[in-house]
Amino acid sequence: MKLKILKKWSNGYNIIDPKLYVTLVPFLWMCVFFIMPLLIVLKISFSEAIFSMPPFSDVFSSRADFMLNIQLNFKNYYTILNDSYYMSVFVNSISLSTVATTLCVLLGYPMAYGIYCVDSSRLKSVLILMISLSFWTSFLIRVYSLVNLLNIRGVINSVLIKLGIISNPIQFLGNYFVVCLGFVFCYLPFVILPIYASLGKVKKAYNEAAIDLGCDTMRVFWKITFPLSLPGVLTGCVIVFTASLGEFIIPELLGNANTITFGRALWMEFFTNLDWPMACALSIVMMVYIIFSVYILKKLSESSVFETSN
Amino acid sequence: MGRSAVYFSCVSKMIYGGALSKKNAEILRNVDASPYILIDNITKVVDGVTVLNGISLSIQKKELFSLLGGSGCGKTTLLRILAGLEKPTEGKVIVDGIDVTAYPPHKRQINMMFQSYALFPHMTVAQNIAFGLKQGGLSKSAINERVKDMLELVRLSGFDNRRPDQLSGGQKQRVALARSLAKMPKLLLLDEPLTALDKKLREQTQFELVNIQEEIGVTFILVTHDQEEAMTMSTRMAIINDGKVCQVGSPHDIYEFPNSKFVAKFIGSINMFDGVVIGQELDHLLIESREVDCLCYASRAGAVPIGAHVTFAIRPEKIMMSTLKPAYPRNWAQGVIKEIAYLGDISVYYVELNSGKVMIATLPNLLRLEDRNFTWEDEVYLFWRSENSLVLTL
Repeated sequence: MKLKILKKWSNGYNIIDPKLYVTLVPFLWMCVFFIMPLLIVLKISFSEAIFSMPPFSDVFSSRADFMLNIQLNFKNYYTILNDSYYMSVFVNSISLSTVATTLCVLLGYPMAYGIYCVDSSRLKSVLILMISLSFWTSFLIRVYSLVNLLNIRGVINSVLIKLGIISNPIQFLGNYFVVCLGFVFCYLPFVILPIYASLGKVKKAYNEAAIDLGCDTMRVFWKITFPLSLPGVLTGCVIVFTASLGEFIIPELLGNANTITFGRALWMEFFTNLDWPMACALSIVMMVYIIFSVYILKKLSESSVFETSN
Repeated sequence: MGRSAVYFSCVSKMIYGGALSKKNAEILRNVDASPYILIDNITKVVDGVTVLNGISLSIQKKELFSLLGGSGCGKTTLLRILAGLEKPTEGKVIVDGIDVTAYPPHKRQINMMFQSYALFPHMTVAQNIAFGLKQGGLSKSAINERVKDMLELVRLSGFDNRRPDQLSGGQKQRVALARSLAKMPKLLLLDEPLTALDKKLREQTQFELVNIQEEIGVTFILVTHDQEEAMTMSTRMAIINDGKVCQVGSPHDIYEFPNSKFVAKFIGSINMFDGVVIGQELDHLLIESREVDCLCYASRAGAVPIGAHVTFAIRPEKIMMSTLKPAYPRNWAQGVIKEIAYLGDISVYYVELNSGKVMIATLPNLLRLEDRNFTWEDEVYLFWRSENSLVLTL
């Protein structure tokens, strides 16, 4: 896309297109608060960890004889790609995100479809409100409430003991499964809402036409409703997958030493090891990976037979 | 579509032209024979409101039957009941001798063409047309063959791989037609099939639709609010108002012999006068009306007792106009031309009678406006033939 900066005024003078001013504001914002920090992160990722303040070496240094000295350290990237610890972080993150995304879709689709099928528009908006209600409390509080629920002295354990079902409390926390549960618990609305929105675009007439042409209800769903709602499913997948990949709070509070994700590894490099260059390299790798997977999902949705027209 | 299509539609207008075609004449002769589709006393109540009130219609094989009515009259509901998308509260639908009232939509051999066309946006034209056939368990080659035939029928060969959003309105309409006809249903229901098209295309498509219907011999039931469309295309039509059938007949019957004031006003325009029957001569009635200066003399009026209050009606195009007073004492009125609407081929004259009533007369523009005898504020006489007038009691 070419940005047309100059516009011919009717009297022949060139002026700056007024539309440009509108685009300029977010553009500058992105430059200052996104691109610049990103470049700084990129720079730090090529430096060396040292004991000083700040704790990394200079990539660019000037010498007295007007020479710019550039020192690029690729060791961080080399370590990330070869060390088995980072490999396990990588595998952990991706498997957790994939499982969480799949679970979210499997749970969220029926819920969204259920709301879509409700006849009364009043009940519909109440249900949507209930879905978005969870956004009203802080994310951290929600995860802590989950901890409170599943803790060894938590609500579930005490109820089970009171009922006499178990005699000793069970430790629910600190495993792979409960981290997945946390992801699903927190990210389910991000799947339900886009799926619901794209279901809303499936006109009733499409379903009726399919019934009229000889489909029973099941076939109508698989041949018409589901393919037409796929854009919403893909949007939900992208949101959950990318958000959970960098997630720190959930694996930290619900997981154990084995559920180390990108987010937790980053935290440890920064605050435990004070290895800023490694942390930066890790975040760059993560970003590249997310861009790559979003690109794949986008290509998938474009090339699929299920592409819908707007 | 180029010149040939326009030529084609002109020719078809001459050959088939609505109710007067040969096929239609044959169907009309057999109307009382055993019906192919029988709609028996259909009633539909939604939330305590009666949408359809005891509708009974019998439709012949290969007929193009129109349901004509204003919006909200229940015509679309009736269509959806026939398709099986809605259940009637009471009544039966019998197709070709089989009671299908309890059948789900996919078990009936009835297909529907939706007003919005409802083409599946994620499928190509060919996939759309093949969709219904795939549900029927036909072999792949048979399906492909049928799709090809259908595309040829609606003159869209070569459009197989287009997506619905790459088609024009007229093309979409034809794909929708092909899709609903692909299964060769016993009955095709069309819900306002031409409303989404612009006027020129609509007129052209009317004849195409009639031609296709004649070619494949499927029975059509068409819902429309456009009386011109119904008049041009139908073998017979039913006027529906407020959930009830007002009149069923060929377009000619309904226009020339409406059975009530509602139908007379609904189809075309008409002049109506309140009057009292004061005499009967053979099959003629003598009617006195305060709104017209002289007595009205109507033929073919049926048996109406003397003293009955009736409505005397006359279509605007059946009125003649002159500056000279007619020599005979009946069926004329005197007035002043108040307005002239010039429509190119015809002009509509609004003539105010002595009683204050405004009468409408349409006359062909045989002469140009400036060559004509009468103009605004001229005193004229309107007169008509006794067999062209109507006496309405309902």
